[in-house]
Amino acid sequence: MREKLKSVLSVNDFRRKIINVTMISLIVISSLVAIFPLLSVFVFVFQKGFSTLSLNFFTSLPAPVGETGGGMAQSLLGSAMLIGLASLIGVPWGIASGIYITEYGHGKSAWFLRFSNDLLMGIPSIVVGLFTYSFIVAPMKGFSLLAGSIALGIIMIPIVSRSTEEILKTVPEHIREAGLALGISRYRVILNIILRGSWGGILTGVILSVARISGETAPLLFTSFNNQYWSGSLTQPISSLPVQIYTYAISPFEDWQKQAWAGALVLILFIFTINVTVRFIFRKNK
Amino acid sequence: MEKKRKDLHIGDKAFYWILKVMAFGIILLLLAFFVLLFKMSWPVLSKVGPSFFWFNDWNPVTEEYGALPFIFGTIATSLIALFLSVPISLGAALLITEIADGGFRKILGFLVEMLAAIPSVVYGLWGLFVVVPFLRETVQPFLSQHFGFLPIFEGAPLGVGLMAAGIVLAIMITPTIATISREIFLTIPKVYKEGALALGATRWEMIRLSILKSSVSGILGASILGLGRALGETMAVAMVIGNRAEISASLFSPAQSMASLIANEYAEASGEMHLASLTAIGFGLLIVSLFMNSTARIIVWRVERKYRGTR
Amino acid sequence: MEKSEELLSVRNLNAWFDNFHAVKNINLSVQKNDILALIGPSGCGKSTFIRCINRLHEEVPKARVSGEVLIQGENIYDRGTDPVKVRRQVGMVFQKPNPFPGLTIFENVAIGLKLSGIKRKSILSEIVEKSLKQAAIWEEVKDKLNQPGTSLSGGQQQRLCIARALAVNPPILLMDEPTSALDPISTARIEDLLQELKKHVTIVIVTHNMQQASRVSSKTAFFLMGDLVEFGDTSLIFTKPKVTKTEEYITGRFG
Repeated sequence: MREKLKSVLSVNDFRRKIINVTMISLIVISSLVAIFPLLSVFVFVFQKGFSTLSLNFFTSLPAPVGETGGGMAQSLLGSAMLIGLASLIGVPWGIASGIYITEYGHGKSAWFLRFSNDLLMGIPSIVVGLFTYSFIVAPMKGFSLLAGSIALGIIMIPIVSRSTEEILKTVPEHIREAGLALGISRYRVILNIILRGSWGGILTGVILSVARISGETAPLLFTSFNNQYWSGSLTQPISSLPVQIYTYAISPFEDWQKQAWAGALVLILFIFTINVTVRFIFRKNK
Repeated sequence: MEKKRKDLHIGDKAFYWILKVMAFGIILLLLAFFVLLFKMSWPVLSKVGPSFFWFNDWNPVTEEYGALPFIFGTIATSLIALFLSVPISLGAALLITEIADGGFRKILGFLVEMLAAIPSVVYGLWGLFVVVPFLRETVQPFLSQHFGFLPIFEGAPLGVGLMAAGIVLAIMITPTIATISREIFLTIPKVYKEGALALGATRWEMIRLSILKSSVSGILGASILGLGRALGETMAVAMVIGNRAEISASLFSPAQSMASLIANEYAEASGEMHLASLTAIGFGLLIVSLFMNSTARIIVWRVERKYRGTR
Repeated sequence: MEKSEELLSVRNLNAWFDNFHAVKNINLSVQKNDILALIGPSGCGKSTFIRCINRLHEEVPKARVSGEVLIQGENIYDRGTDPVKVRRQVGMVFQKPNPFPGLTIFENVAIGLKLSGIKRKSILSEIVEKSLKQAAIWEEVKDKLNQPGTSLSGGQQQRLCIARALAVNPPILLMDEPTSALDPISTARIEDLLQELKKHVTIVIVTHNMQQASRVSSKTAFFLMGDLVEFGDTSLIFTKPKVTKTEEYITGRFG
């Protein structure tokens, strides 16, 4: 009887071990499947983009169809301007909202603000483009740098707000009380004590949000549109790196497709450099 | 002295009100989205009515507008993406939280975040020139040769279409689902896991009993958030879906999604009705995304709150 | 005449969190150079009580206060009294050492002065040095004033926080279990420090530790469920308590 029980148990144990090994392997394999596209994207973007990348790419305007060479200089400058102007909207608004939620918000109103912030973050970026079109492009009767910046700025707000909130939440409540107990008014406590100790983290969030909007394409398609020439005017259409990549990628010309790969390489390098450096610095600070 | 004290309070109040206006401005912004998009789509909604969303024709030349093909394209590609992505994302999340440790866990977490950092347009480029040819020349011929009798594998292997869009979307929503599942798994108190292991459970049994079983609703929330992301994803889909207003059971056939239709036609839209119809589709996307996000957020919050304090 | 002796006097003080009545009708007064120890089980209202003395309690959402707190004869709850100004007269030290992150040792001590308008570097340095000396930490930090305050050890951080509170020269210093997060050696140093400090400042200290209360204080108040059960000279409370509850608590029968 005892022997029998023992053998049943050991067969059972064997089965359990097999299942264990199988399932753990499946977990490992599915993780590899998840990561594989990252490697593939990297390999192809480097392989196809690197050969087209030259100094010309950064300094020249696009070449007409049929001519080789040319670059995306106007798109790079356009992206820089769009991101800069978008930050003027998104950064102060996002930081203000994040500070309000952590420092003044409590109970239901804070919950509701956080919730609205999440909803805004969840709106598809193409819908943000539609919205901006309806209140900037349509009344102004034309695509413009201004409209593109506003669209990107709106996308930035909830991201910056959330990251600011996450950082400020890590400051213990008794630090605020210690400031108040010294006879410092609340806004001074926030500005001179809380933010003094948190600006590194807040800046990290801002920089990551820049990385995030630098690749946004959909909200720019019908706000800033595109431009094959230099433009610095707020009211004129302007080119941007992601829109130019899209335009060239779906074009039938091989030269343009090559340019699209080169553009993608520049974009990815920009985004990854930011992500890696910021994380490295942040970890060091911790 | 009196004066100075007064100034102090003006500073305090001004600061408070500026922040408050900006914080609540986000709610106003949400309302403005709602109102403006509704207003812009009013011409078509008032003329055709809600049946706009189930008409099967889209022809700007004859001014016939119905959104059904795009709703189909959006739902079909998103469901394919979800179907492919959920198991893979859960695997990645489990590997990060329960199996990997130390440096390996950090690297894996970093890679998943990087997967999320690649812009949609780059995924589209890669999809168009890498995934689509691979599907057209290898995968789809194989499927149609061996499983061609199934309606989902019917037709010519074009490469572009529902299958390509579904696969690219699956890759793009994996970081979303994996990250949120990971957060959910991390809220489960350590004692549960140790309890299972102490009883002699294998690692997989521990994962199944103390993690997966208690995370069902959290995983659901993560999947809804992933689905919400897939529904609104634009550029990558626009580049590989084939851009044809067609409803077909075959995964090989080209289609069109709501978001990619807007991306393709909006800048060159002709006339008020065309613009209004495209905006109405965007309005639909807005409503769906608000609904999905609020449902999922509430689910995820509840799950996280359940274990708060017990950790 | 009475006014000049009573540095702190509390009359009919009540405090609430939303509907919870945390402090019930407290009356007591303390002379200059006294050290008042507040004892009682956790949740008895003693921390809330001292947070009413610098009007910090009202910063908590849904918190309310009624009654009077007189500091040097002036009611800090008078209509028109600025809580910010009140807090400059009342220093506070918290349970956990909490130097401001991101600020240097010097800035931690100087910030209260800076934000009340003192900008002259020479004056600031002078007061910072004086405060650090009063808090018995000057010798340990004088060569690293530009390092972050958080780089110090726990006991040093707590003395830095005492220096920070002393810098604005308050007549009253509140201490909310200031040694509960510290090791015995750091605790002893702070207890010694209190005897020095009481020459310049009246101290109200909340403590869980009955030996500490009997060692450092001249007056003791025993709180229970928001009530002030007994208040008097420390020597009397610990030897001949009038109320049985007090006796039970200090002999360790509950709490």
